[in-house]
Amino acid sequence: MIEARHLSKRYGDFTAVDDVSFRLEPGQTLALIGPSGCGKTTTLKMANRLIRPTAGSVWVNGKDVAEQPLEDMRRRMGYVIQDIGLFPHYTVAQNVGVVPRLLRWAPARIRQRVGELLEQLGLPPGQFLEKYPHQLSGGQQQRVGIARALAADPPIILMDEPFGALDPLTRQQARRDFREVEALKNKTIIMVTHDIEEAFEMASLIGLLKGGRMQQLGPPEALLLEPANGFVREFLAEKAGQLELQSITLASLFPRLRQEEPVGAPILELAPHTPLLYAIHHLAKEGRHTWGGTQLSGSRRYFQLDELFHLFRQTLAPWSN
Amino acid sequence: MEQLKLLVEFMADNQAKLLEQVLEHIGLTFISLLLAALVAMPLGILITRRQRLAGSFLGLAGILQTVPSIALLGFLIPILGIGVKPAIVALFLYALLPILRNTYTGIQEVDASVKEAALGIGLSQGQLLRQVELPLALPVIFAGLRTATVINVGVATLAAYIGAGGLGEFIFGGIALNNTAMILAGALPAAALAVLFDQLLALLQRGKVGNFRRKGPVLLAAVALLSSAYFWPQAYAPGWKAGFPPEFMGRKDGYRNLVETYGLQFNTTVLNNALMYSALKEGEVDVISGYSTDGRVKAYELAILEDDRHAFPPYYCTPILRRGLMEEHPEVVEALNLLAGRIGDSTMALLNYRVDFEHESPDAVARDFLIAHGLWRPDRTQGGETLIIGSKIFSEQYILVELFSQLINGYTDLDTDARPGLGGTKICFDALVAGEVDLYPEYTGTGLQVLLNTPDSVAREIITDADAVYGYVKKQFKEQYGIDWLLPLGFNNTYALMIREEMGTKLRLERVSDLAW
Repeated sequence: MIEARHLSKRYGDFTAVDDVSFRLEPGQTLALIGPSGCGKTTTLKMANRLIRPTAGSVWVNGKDVAEQPLEDMRRRMGYVIQDIGLFPHYTVAQNVGVVPRLLRWAPARIRQRVGELLEQLGLPPGQFLEKYPHQLSGGQQQRVGIARALAADPPIILMDEPFGALDPLTRQQARRDFREVEALKNKTIIMVTHDIEEAFEMASLIGLLKGGRMQQLGPPEALLLEPANGFVREFLAEKAGQLELQSITLASLFPRLRQEEPVGAPILELAPHTPLLYAIHHLAKEGRHTWGGTQLSGSRRYFQLDELFHLFRQTLAPWSN
Repeated sequence: MEQLKLLVEFMADNQAKLLEQVLEHIGLTFISLLLAALVAMPLGILITRRQRLAGSFLGLAGILQTVPSIALLGFLIPILGIGVKPAIVALFLYALLPILRNTYTGIQEVDASVKEAALGIGLSQGQLLRQVELPLALPVIFAGLRTATVINVGVATLAAYIGAGGLGEFIFGGIALNNTAMILAGALPAAALAVLFDQLLALLQRGKVGNFRRKGPVLLAAVALLSSAYFWPQAYAPGWKAGFPPEFMGRKDGYRNLVETYGLQFNTTVLNNALMYSALKEGEVDVISGYSTDGRVKAYELAILEDDRHAFPPYYCTPILRRGLMEEHPEVVEALNLLAGRIGDSTMALLNYRVDFEHESPDAVARDFLIAHGLWRPDRTQGGETLIIGSKIFSEQYILVELFSQLINGYTDLDTDARPGLGGTKICFDALVAGEVDLYPEYTGTGLQVLLNTPDSVAREIITDADAVYGYVKKQFKEQYGIDWLLPLGFNNTYALMIREEMGTKLRLERVSDLAW
C-alpha cells in the first residue's frame, strides 16, 4: 500500500533521518514514536514530500510518489497536524470542502460529503457549517481538521500529533471517538506521537526511532516482549506494565489456553482482542469458580483468573520457569 | 476669528485655483500610489518566496524612505527635469516601503501551521497565495496602502516646489508672502484629503475579507480614476503654459494684476525662482515671470516681452533701514550711498550671471565689483556693534547683501552679520519693522504694491513715473513705519514676462499684449 524505502534526510552535516524503511498494508496504522528530535516528524513529512528526502523513496500502490504531480499526490493523502491549521477566514463548511473544491466536485456533492463527515465526527452540521474556526473549542477544531483531511476520501492519512493540542481528558475521549468514525475505517494511517500509550492503543505497527534511525519496527507486543535492543526496553520501561496488560490480548495467548471445556462451571465470554488487563478485571469481578471463554476463527479456549496471571508471567519472563 | 474670515475670503476668491490644486494633488497622490502598489505588492510577494532577497529589498526601500523629500526632488531634477515626472517618481519611491514591508510582513505573519496544512492537503503554491496568504494578509497590506496614501498626500505638497502643482502652490506662496490664510488654504485641504482617503480605505478594508476578489478590481478602478484627476484641470485649461513663482502668484502686483491688465489667460504652473528659467529654456513652460536683471536671461537666450500696458511698476532697488538706524549711525548711510546709481541694469545682470551661471560666490563677485570701482577697503571692524543685514531668497539679493556688508565693514567701525535667504518679501519686511533686521535691499514697486496698501487710483497715476514711485514709497514708509529708503542703486529689476527667443521670432511676439489670442 504505502512503503518507505531507505529514506534519509540530511541538513548539512546533521542527519535527521537515516535509512528508514517500512511497509504498510491497507488498513494498518503505523505509529512513529521516539524522543524529541528522533526524526519521526521529518519521516512523516517525507511521505507527502513536504520535506524532500535526501535519499530513498516513498511508494504508494507500486508508484514512486516523486514521479507524480505533487498536488495530486497530496490530495490523495489526508494530512492532519497538531496545530490543526484551519483556514481562519473560511467557515467550517468551506474548510472541510477545500480539497473537494480543488478536485472540482459538484457543489451539491461537496455539501453532502461535508454534512456527512461533520455528522460522523459529532458536529451537527446545522449548528457548525457556518461557524468560523475561532468560534470552536480546541476539540471541535481538531475534529474539523480531521474532517478536512478525510473530505476527498483519501486512502492514506498522515497525522502529526493529531491529538497533541488537546488536554489529557479531551484527548482520551477524542481517541476513543476517533476509532469509531466510519470514514476512518479501513484507512491506512501513519501517525506521529510522543504519547506511547496513544501509539499502543491505536497502532497495529509501531516504529521506534532514535537519532534518525529505526530502532525497532513491529507490532506493539513485539516491542514489549522482544525488544530489539536496550534502548527499546528502556524507552518503554516506565509504561511497560500498563502497556503489556493493554497490548497483550487473549488472542496472543490463545495457543496456550486450555482446549477442554470445564464442566459445570459458569463461563464468562470475552472477545479475543480483549487486552489482558480487561480480561483480568472482568474475571476478578466474577465468583472464584467462574471461567473465561473465547473463540478465535472457529476454535474455543478456556481459562481461569490465576491461569491468566501465570501465563502473563511466562510471557514476560519465559526463563523463570 | 480674523484668520478664519481671511481664510474663507481667500478660498472664495480662489475657488477655481483651489479646485485645480485639489485635483492635481489627488492625481499626484494616486498615480504614484498605483505605480508603487503595482511594483511593491508583487515584489513583496516575491521576497516571501525568496527570503534571501528580503533583507536587501526592504533595506533599499528603507534607505529611500530616509532621504529628505526636498533632497530627493533635488536629485531627480537633473535626471527628469521639473514638473510632474520627478514628483511622481519621488512619491512613488516614498510609497514603496510601506507597501512592500506590509505585503511581506502580512504574508510572513500568516500562521505557519495554516500554510503547512494548506500545502499538506494539496494546495499548489499559487492556490496557497490566492486562497490563503493574500486574504489573510489583506488587513496588513491595506494598512500599508493607507500609510503610503497619507505619506503621499503629505509629500505631494512639495511637488509645487518643482512645478508639479498641487496644494503646495498655496502653501509655498503663503510662506513666501507670509500670508497665513494662503498657507492654510493649502494646508487644511491637504490634511483633509489625508484623513478622507485614510478613512475611505479603512472603510473598504472593514468589509468581510471574503470579498477580496470583488474588492480588488473596484479598488483598482477607483485608484486609476483618482490618478487621472491630475490631468482634468489641464484638459480644459486654455492659454499659454506659464511658470510663475509662488510669490508672483500671490502678490497684488503679480499674477492677478497681469491677468487683469492684459485680459490674458494662462495655464499656470507654480515654479520656484531658481527653476523657472531652465524650465522655460527646456520648453516645459512657454512663459515665465522672470526678473529683468537675472543673468540667465542672456545665458538661456530668453526674450523679455515689453510691458506695453504698464502692468508692473518700476522696481528700483534701494537699501532700506529700520527705524532710528539713520540717526544712530549716519556713517552707514554714507557708506551705502557710495553705491547710489552705480549699478545699472546690465551691470546687475552681469553680476547675477556670474553667480547663477558661473557659480562664483556672491562674496567674491561683490568684492570684484567694489575693487573695480575703487570702493573696496579692508575690513576695519574690531568687534564693534553688529548690524544685521537681511535678504530674500535669490542671487541678486545675496550679492547686494555682500556689497552692503563689505562697504559697512570697510568704511565704518560697525560689524555686520548677513542673514541671506530670510524668505519672501513679507518676512524680510516684518523682520525690519520688528527691528530684528537692521537693513535689507527692497524694490520701489514692491514697496508700492505689496508692502503699502496703496489705493489703485494713486498707483495708476504714478506707476509709469519711476521718480514719483520712489518719492511716494520713501514718504509713506517714513510716515507709516519710520523706515528709511536710501538712494536707489541704479537698476530696475522689474517683473518681466519672458519667452524663448526663437519662439518670439517665430510667433512675432514682442510685447505682452501680443500674447492675447
